[in-house]
Amino acid sequence: MFSRREFLQAAVATSAILGTAGTGAWRALAAGQGLMSEADLLKFPSMGNVSLVHLADIHAQLKPIYFREPSINVGVGEAKGLPPHVTGADFLKLYNIKPGSPEAYALSSEDYIALAGNYGRMGGIDRIATVLNSIRAERSDKVLFLDGGDTWQGSYTSLKTKGADMVEVMNSLKPDAMTAHWEFTYGIDRVKEIVDGLPFAFLGQNIFDNEWDEPAFPAMKMFERGGVKVAVIGQALPYLAIANPRWMFPRLSFGIREETLQQNVDAARTGGAELVVLLSHNGFDVDRKLAGRVSGIDVILTAHTHDALPEPVIVGKTLLIASGSHGKFISRVDLDVQDGAVKGYQYKLIPIFSDVITPDKETTALVDKVRAPFEKELGTVLGRTNSLLYRRGNFNGTFDDLICDALIEEREADIALSPGFRWGTTVLPDQDITVELLHNATSMTYPQAYRSEMTGKLIHDILEDVADNLFNPDPYYQQGGDMVRVGGMGYRIDVRKPIGSRITDMTLLKSGEKIDPAKTYVVSGWASVNEGTEGPPIWDVVSDYLKKKKKTISVEPNTSVIVEGV
Amino acid sequence: MHMTRRQAIGLGVGAAALILAGPALTPALAAGPTADEAIKAFTGGAEAKAAKVSLSTPEIAENGNTVPISFSVESPMTSDDHVTEVMLLADGNPRPGVATFHFSDMSGEASASTRIRLAKTQNIVAVAKMSDGSFFMDKKLVKVTIGGCGG
Repeated sequence: MFSRREFLQAAVATSAILGTAGTGAWRALAAGQGLMSEADLLKFPSMGNVSLVHLADIHAQLKPIYFREPSINVGVGEAKGLPPHVTGADFLKLYNIKPGSPEAYALSSEDYIALAGNYGRMGGIDRIATVLNSIRAERSDKVLFLDGGDTWQGSYTSLKTKGADMVEVMNSLKPDAMTAHWEFTYGIDRVKEIVDGLPFAFLGQNIFDNEWDEPAFPAMKMFERGGVKVAVIGQALPYLAIANPRWMFPRLSFGIREETLQQNVDAARTGGAELVVLLSHNGFDVDRKLAGRVSGIDVILTAHTHDALPEPVIVGKTLLIASGSHGKFISRVDLDVQDGAVKGYQYKLIPIFSDVITPDKETTALVDKVRAPFEKELGTVLGRTNSLLYRRGNFNGTFDDLICDALIEEREADIALSPGFRWGTTVLPDQDITVELLHNATSMTYPQAYRSEMTGKLIHDILEDVADNLFNPDPYYQQGGDMVRVGGMGYRIDVRKPIGSRITDMTLLKSGEKIDPAKTYVVSGWASVNEGTEGPPIWDVVSDYLKKKKKTISVEPNTSVIVEGV
Repeated sequence: MHMTRRQAIGLGVGAAALILAGPALTPALAAGPTADEAIKAFTGGAEAKAAKVSLSTPEIAENGNTVPISFSVESPMTSDDHVTEVMLLADGNPRPGVATFHFSDMSGEASASTRIRLAKTQNIVAVAKMSDGSFFMDKKLVKVTIGGCGG
């Protein structure tokens, strides 16, 4: 057993001349495994005149966390079998990663519990600060630090401070621009209040006033880095007004707005941009399709779908970067831009191993300061688990199984629904479930746990609707997120079928009876996008459930969803 | 850089005469023909080629009660060669007829925007009639969801 400071090579790096997609360079590095230090993690073969540093989907995780990557991530249509729709052992094989290695731990679900014991927590904004400082020290005026959004939401402290904790800490890291998604769930007034005070650009070329159909936020900003004019165009989540409560920002409209994007790219080029970067919150498959349809984008910094890929995906002349979530990674892309074109690049997905990278003292102090008023509540123990509690995966996650169990018991329901969010950290077996960890999986501004009666037909319609958001073969109809998690009911899903016929064999688990379309069932769920939803906040429901259990909980593997067509 | 909606109205939409579908104005559609029947009646059975017309719709409606749609038709808009009418249809609504826009060579360009209500996921169809009697069309699927759980 080696100590956490004597790591195997975990540098996840790749380099290639633009246009030659392939895994060769990275394989060679991964194969040359040796002992590793912070210096190794930060080592990078600098090149060119611009360095992009990308952080996305940190979901307000200021401290190091556990986060298990998905074991199932089904791709459909043209994305079938392509990254990021490759998981577990297949992922390790595709990128030639040694099972049991630090990169296997960081990037896959394989042997997660044991490896978490070896390699510890990942992330921590103070470690990210160290990496950022190091890149800036080396590359000075060449660096652009870009935040892909989902930054202000996802923790107890971010909820209590309405994002102020994240804003204060992120401001200290001096990003050059950000775009957004969950930020808007604090309501438009709060977003405007924060954005008015931001010392950097808040961009969204696809955020429009829905009354006049006019841009509501700046689309892009021009920078000069290393003598290169760089245009950064922002793209907020296109489905904000559908996937999140529209009533919280009633005057805004989003959408992909491909034509507007093309106009913005063209305007950037006309305005002298030699490098065009899309700071996107579209989700990976949407960006992959978009890269083939909108011309003139050099780099798309993807977000939303929380994918961590050790190499760029290349579509035509566009590099797609996927930087993971929850602060586990940041990406560095060095670009050599000459005569208005990218001549070459180096890329590294830098894993933030919290025990290897030294925290930046000033940032640690700032994190401690913003958390201080809440430390007592954050550490309050609600229960203990002897099962791994995770969320990511297309159909189930044990954390949501726990939430569904709590909804059924506390709200006296037949069936429970828990939304397929991709944010939420992981709890290891024999770890206490604290207020902080429960909030990492539930913290949001519309947490009401409703209890209502639904017909079997309506339940079927809801499942079909959500399944189509995930498995529509055209990525432009995919909203992101995973399948709604179901408690108390099993079903069969064929992901290849069209909407209306994917879901069959819906069965009420407590009786074994088939769900009757005409019969009414009591359903409890949370995070409804409807205004005026009533019920206790979901964290109170789960907290009450855990307190009544008065002992360590265990969550058995969920076998009630049968998946076909994968 | 951006053309605002107000500017767009000044340039394009203002020049088009808009006739909303409804019993009083377009009796042909009031009886409730299907979208295919309405297209056939509009074109007199001639084929509408999938070209020249560009429909712009959201992929997924943010609010099915008011879905913004717009179209433009490639045409020099001269007295010899211009768009005369554009019919909009929502093929899954109880009444598929949405509106018919009338243009002339004085219109400058054949484009317009409006908002429509969509009962469910369906295709929006725009069929353009040209001054030489030919027809062109575009079709876009707009998804209307129950409500999301994305994130």
